[in-house]
Amino acid sequence: MQQINLLLISLPDGILLGFVYGLAAMGLTLIWGVMNVINLSHGPIIALGMFSTFFIYTRLGLNPYLGVIPIAIAGLMLGIVIYAVAVHHVINAPHLSSLLATFSVNMIIIGLGTAALTTSPYNVDFSAGSFQLGSTRLLGSRIIAALVTLLFTGGLYLFLYRTRPGKFIRAVANNRAAAELMGIPSTRILALSFGIGTMLAAVSGGLIATFFPFSILAGGSYELKSFVIGVLGGLGNPIGALFGGLILGVIESSSQAFLESSWVPVIEFGLFVVILLVRPSGLFGAKK
Amino acid sequence: MKPWNRYIGLILPVLVVVALTLWPVITGSAANSERVFTILKAIALASSLNILLGYTGYVSFGHIVFYGFGGYVGIFLLTEKGWTLWTALLAGGIASGILAFLLGSAILRLRGAYFALATIGVNEAMRALINNLELFGGPTGITLNFSVYKTYGGFAQALQTSFYVGAGLAMLSLILSYIVRSSKFGLGLLAIRENEDAAEVMGVVAPRAKTWAYVLSAIVPGMVGVLFFFKNGNVEPHDAFPLHASIELLVMVMLGGQGTVLGPILGAFAYQGMRGYLVTSPIFKDIQLSVSGALLLMIVLFIPAGAIGWLRHRLPPLRKVFA
Repeated sequence: MQQINLLLISLPDGILLGFVYGLAAMGLTLIWGVMNVINLSHGPIIALGMFSTFFIYTRLGLNPYLGVIPIAIAGLMLGIVIYAVAVHHVINAPHLSSLLATFSVNMIIIGLGTAALTTSPYNVDFSAGSFQLGSTRLLGSRIIAALVTLLFTGGLYLFLYRTRPGKFIRAVANNRAAAELMGIPSTRILALSFGIGTMLAAVSGGLIATFFPFSILAGGSYELKSFVIGVLGGLGNPIGALFGGLILGVIESSSQAFLESSWVPVIEFGLFVVILLVRPSGLFGAKK
Repeated sequence: MKPWNRYIGLILPVLVVVALTLWPVITGSAANSERVFTILKAIALASSLNILLGYTGYVSFGHIVFYGFGGYVGIFLLTEKGWTLWTALLAGGIASGILAFLLGSAILRLRGAYFALATIGVNEAMRALINNLELFGGPTGITLNFSVYKTYGGFAQALQTSFYVGAGLAMLSLILSYIVRSSKFGLGLLAIRENEDAAEVMGVVAPRAKTWAYVLSAIVPGMVGVLFFFKNGNVEPHDAFPLHASIELLVMVMLGGQGTVLGPILGAFAYQGMRGYLVTSPIFKDIQLSVSGALLLMIVLFIPAGAIGWLRHRLPPLRKVFA
């Protein structure tokens, strides 16, 4: 009975966190789906998003949620730059090249970040109130973050399915050669996709900064979570990533009620490997 | 072919390792011997990774899992069961080999990026699991009792012994790499790298060959793990399974040239040497990671075949020497 109570307390929190995890993973899985590149610079970009929120809130004194807009724009730009510098030349090379190219971007960001910001933890001291719901208390910051995530997911869906550039992205993801024959400027579309993927990572980092302390290295664990979520939802399926995020949030919070929290990563990564083996197309993907 | 001619590709790699081993002996400096030990460790690990990455074409982000797992098993036997360093070294290698066999039978079915992702998952799951195992000391790990070193003639003597064992493991790793490369089994692996489906049609039993390649690449890291943590005096989950170390190994293999015997050795030497320089230089000290990252990017973009691959391409007559 005590465990049920614990579960009821931690579950809503886990679900709300799951939304934000899903947003981070959406960026990773979009890039994978469009260009078959695993973006190993994902984690540091999440960390950059966190620091953007920190500076917007503590230095400029703006509301952190207003900061989401400049973070999104900066993330898009940064992604396009990273694509042009590091990814474009290796887009057709074997996997190892693109993995190492994005990892070198990871090293550059972490190196500069460590020199400028050190690796000590930072904290955004911001409170958006809380609500009492039955026996659980929900933090306002998590509810707002979940709403922002839904907004971005809806926006991404509309963009991919209702606008011309979005349709181009899906066409390039489906078959790049055929899309090029149809006159789609594939280089620009790839750069845009990478930019959007980076934007989603940066925004999720900006939102996570409002709940947990962070350092320049903090992105790493969210990058790993994004891999797990991406595989749960099906790599290359951005909307599936949101559900993957929710599943991970539920797993994390519910296993905390029954096990010690140090066992959570064992379950997470064990599940990750098993799903890769059994259903590499994800829980929601079509069976090949 | 003359008999000496057959081993010509082995000359340069062996010379590099022998020269490295002799360097601290000649200069007689303890700091040099530490530096060389790091390089020898990197050579042993990178060379073993090359069997899977360079020959078979499977990108593993979890090579370090064998180093950590073998190290844990060896140190556990050494402290709790009172085994000697030699039997513990063997046990660590065998344990890693068995782990690779079990893992390989499952995850080597995955190809390309899916395999790479699975190896990340394996590394993280193993780290988290060991963190929870009371048998292996949980999050604090296992600490060697200082008296263990007495059996090996005191701490200084044990350090000296570790150094030579490290050189031996680097040598073992490169000889293994050379044997695989020049064998029929190795040819099968190269065929898998080029086109797995075509290789199977030509009669290569791909699942079996891949699993054995994985096992062979895991044995030396297991032994290196035991040796390193013996020298270190303790083993913790955090030190045993660092994900970034796996990626550094990929960088070394890539730097020198994947799929060649000499490449990973030069790559390990160049990477560790460069890192040693950057960490101590006053200008680059703070941003050493960024400088390494920028260099890596240059190599990936402009010489993807690595130094040895590039030389082989430029100097066809010397291909035999740069095996």
